Amino acid sequence: MQTVIDAHNVSKVYNADTIPVYAVNNVHLHLQKGEFTALVGPSGSGKTTLLNLIGGLDKPDSGNIIINGVDITTLSANELINFRLKNIGFVFQSFNLIPVLTAKENAEFILQLQKVHRKERIKRIEALFKQIGLSDKLNERPAKLSGGQQQRVAVARALASRPQFVLADEPTANLDSRSASNLLDIMARLNKEEGITFLFSTHDQRVIDRARRVITLVDGQISNDTAAVPVTHEAPVSTEKS
Amino acid sequence: MWLIKLAWKNIWRNRSRTLITMAAIFFAVILSVLTSSLQDGVFDNLVKNMVSFYSGYIQVHKKGYWDEQVLDNSFEASYKMEQSVLTDHNITAISPRLESFALASSAAITKGCLVVGISPEEENKITRLKEKITEGAYLQENDPGILLSEGLSKRLQLYLHDTIILIGQGYQGATAAGKYPVNGILKFGSPELNDKALFMTLPLAQDFYGAYNRLTSYVMALKDNSSLQKTSASIIDAGIGREYEVMTWEEMMPDVVQHIKTDTASSRIIQGILYLLICFGIFGTLLMMMVERKFEIGMLVAIGMKKIKLILLLLIESVITVVSGCLLGIIASMPVVWYLNRHPISLSGETAKIYERFGFEPVFPASTETIHFITQGLIVLMIGLVLSLYPMVKVIRVRPVLAMKR
Ligand SMILES: Nc1ncnc2c1ncn2[C@@H]1O[C@H](COP(=O)(O)OP(=O)(O)O)[C@@H](O)[C@H]1O
Ligand SMILES: [Mg+2]
Repeated sequence: MQTVIDAHNVSKVYNADTIPVYAVNNVHLHLQKGEFTALVGPSGSGKTTLLNLIGGLDKPDSGNIIINGVDITTLSANELINFRLKNIGFVFQSFNLIPVLTAKENAEFILQLQKVHRKERIKRIEALFKQIGLSDKLNERPAKLSGGQQQRVAVARALASRPQFVLADEPTANLDSRSASNLLDIMARLNKEEGITFLFSTHDQRVIDRARRVITLVDGQISNDTAAVPVTHEAPVSTEKS
Repeated sequence: MWLIKLAWKNIWRNRSRTLITMAAIFFAVILSVLTSSLQDGVFDNLVKNMVSFYSGYIQVHKKGYWDEQVLDNSFEASYKMEQSVLTDHNITAISPRLESFALASSAAITKGCLVVGISPEEENKITRLKEKITEGAYLQENDPGILLSEGLSKRLQLYLHDTIILIGQGYQGATAAGKYPVNGILKFGSPELNDKALFMTLPLAQDFYGAYNRLTSYVMALKDNSSLQKTSASIIDAGIGREYEVMTWEEMMPDVVQHIKTDTASSRIIQGILYLLICFGIFGTLLMMMVERKFEIGMLVAIGMKKIKLILLLLIESVITVVSGCLLGIIASMPVVWYLNRHPISLSGETAKIYERFGFEPVFPASTETIHFITQGLIVLMIGLVLSLYPMVKVIRVRPVLAMKR
């Protein structure tokens, strides 16, 4: 199985000079291609911080994070931006979209940054919007979409550039339960059918139930890990890694 | 291309903010163009008025005449000098004068006056004397009559076709006396001229003063004021002789120069304040914009938009806003300036009196020189663009994790 995320001894300390807060404390984390993993834990347990470190948005104070063979802790800020663009899809809790662009243009945007040709862009985006069930909303601006629809567009945008994996920090936090479950359906289907790797944080039990692997953080440390489940399309959800 | 499209959409995301910025720039350009062109128009007009009222741009006298303006400081008219001066293409006209003081009398009243002997045609080229006639006719070659300024006419209670008696001291102590018909009445903006001046043909004045073939000055008109110093220097260089003095209007009327300097300084201050106000206006809207877009900018960097692209995006947005504000301002200021050129602002009251004391009509035609539109437009443009660096600096510093924190 191909490892996409390989984090060793990762720590992030805030307020090192006064009262140090170990937001992430000596974390080891390995993620295989095709995983559908939830990062759970109470508020303040370090989920966001850990996702930011893995996503190359923040630098750890110690440890290494190897993504697809590249140690991103050694990259410069500019190299990191480029690395994120090519390798990581992001879905944030809210404000994912550029308000002046339509849903289609928002997804297209990331491909324009990558200088993907127009034909290819249209092809990918139309396919993705079919998968997220928003083919009829291509030309709507974010303000005209519901919260759930906006998050689905954000997923489409994250996937448009065909990243190594998608990081989603509490993607359902602002959604009602129907929209949340709908978003999870779509993510799970993309994972199952396309083999897309998802790592998402949540503290919503219904979302946790959908994950095939659950990593629990407490005070910045991993307190429990149901362990990686490789994507074997017919494998039962509870299969343990050997 | 898609970046330009996005910039365009961003410009209109907050219509009122963009309109405020553009309006600030728009009015700033109009106001600063107006200040600058009015000021310049005033000075141009002042100089033109000053020199065309009487002094001309440059005068040649016998050395010492300016300090002691008496007939004994006159000089022999020189046709040769007239011709040689006219070869300088900056000089458009040269006119000889013989002037001195005399007493003017009607039947019952006697007043002091300035008698000026002129060559009617040449004089008119420089001081446009003919246009100042309100009654009667301008002087002809060898005209036996005189032109009387309006104020003097009233003071003497002498009007058109009346006869004036002049008594004075002529050249080398001779007694000067004569009787002349009033051919016309002149109206001057300058009270000094309007109350004192009296014009006759040069031969008539030479005859009156017994100063045959003598002049007190050559008066010259230039194409424009910009070549003043150069032309004055070239007259001296041409070797007119050590017995002459060459004076520019600036040397003859230092108080006017001083006035221009003071006034320029104060309008520079006004413009400075104006620029400062624009700065605050524009900066305020930029601050607002960055607060509003902070999260979005963090998000864009997070998903992989290079900062340089983001900076380019913001740059395009400001260039479009600032440049169009400037252009619209320039376009809108054109008819305003043009109108104020055709319909000069005229002052009344105290200020008007001050200007009149300097000897010019208190009217303010705006200067339509292109340079005002260009300079002021560029200054405001630069201010706008320099301020637009602020969001760019913010972008360089932005850290997505912090920008996206609520
Ligand atoms: N920028 C920061 N400065 C100081 N402390 C921070 C900062 N960001 C997060 N923390 C602290 O780190 C801990 C983990 O926060 P976070 O990763 O946001 O947790 P979660 O996403 O699980 O709620 C918390 O105690 C939080 O207060
Ligand atoms: Mg969080």
